[in-house]
Amino acid sequence: MLKLSAIRVGEHLPERSHQPDTVQLFMYNAAIWNPHRIHYDLPYTTEVEGHPGIVIDGPLQGDWLSQVVLEWMGDNAELVRFGYSNRRASYLGETLRATGRVAAVDHATGMVRVELEVLNENNECITPGEAVVRFPQETA
Amino acid sequence: MSLLTAEHKAVIGRTLPAVRAEVTRREIRKYAAATGQRLDRYLAGDEAPPLFLFGLFFPVLPREELLEDGRPPDTGLLPPLPLKRVMAGGTEAEYHRRIVPGDVLLLHQTLVDLYEKAGSQGPLIFAVVENRVETEAGEPVMTERLTRIVR
Repeated sequence: MLKLSAIRVGEHLPERSHQPDTVQLFMYNAAIWNPHRIHYDLPYTTEVEGHPGIVIDGPLQGDWLSQVVLEWMGDNAELVRFGYSNRRASYLGETLRATGRVAAVDHATGMVRVELEVLNENNECITPGEAVVRFPQETA
Repeated sequence: MSLLTAEHKAVIGRTLPAVRAEVTRREIRKYAAATGQRLDRYLAGDEAPPLFLFGLFFPVLPREELLEDGRPPDTGLLPPLPLKRVMAGGTEAEYHRRIVPGDVLLLHQTLVDLYEKAGSQGPLIFAVVENRVETEAGEPVMTERLTRIVR
């Protein structure tokens, strides 16, 4: 169990790589009931919407960032704020890394702010994000 | 050149009637598998991952009502826009309470901003929608500002 007193500003959260394939994207879009063709219809996506490939959902990348935080913080802490911004599209076949770093720790309130990034293979941040987690106060 | 007119801007502030959705264990488990969750409480469907709410209120429509790009028609929150291709933009969310099977949730949507920017490949319109999710008893669950990009 992660304790507030053990968290250091600047420390990196365990990161995770994702290389979604057509099956994973199908599962995701079926689960959220999103029939937008840019996530499964390659001729339509390239010829009509002008993308170079099948588009990896922006909110799926957001979810990967949330998982970096949720797995790290443990079940005794609460996610109170979370956000992400899809700055650049990414396409099926790319390997993306979801990463996080502790940006601030407030020992008085138990609030910890984490900065998050989805990085592409060129190490460019395509989806930045931020989370605030509330940790329980430790009793002496 | 401006794409958004005063008529477009006048729609900012528009709200829709609340949408209701039931949270089931099976839907949580599908979402958890689809997103590659690794925590047992999500995989078992004992609790929903926070972003499960993203798709929970999406309209379920018959095939013949979907648009040429596969998406459902607009719900009436956004005015007709001069650009048509929609991309996800991101969100800023506050979570007030965990989500578990059996929850019956209400979504209240308000269009809170509409603005344009010059993108590298042409103009972009940003539509910002406030989604307020609460229980039927009125207990707050999540509040977010969700951005959609139209190009």
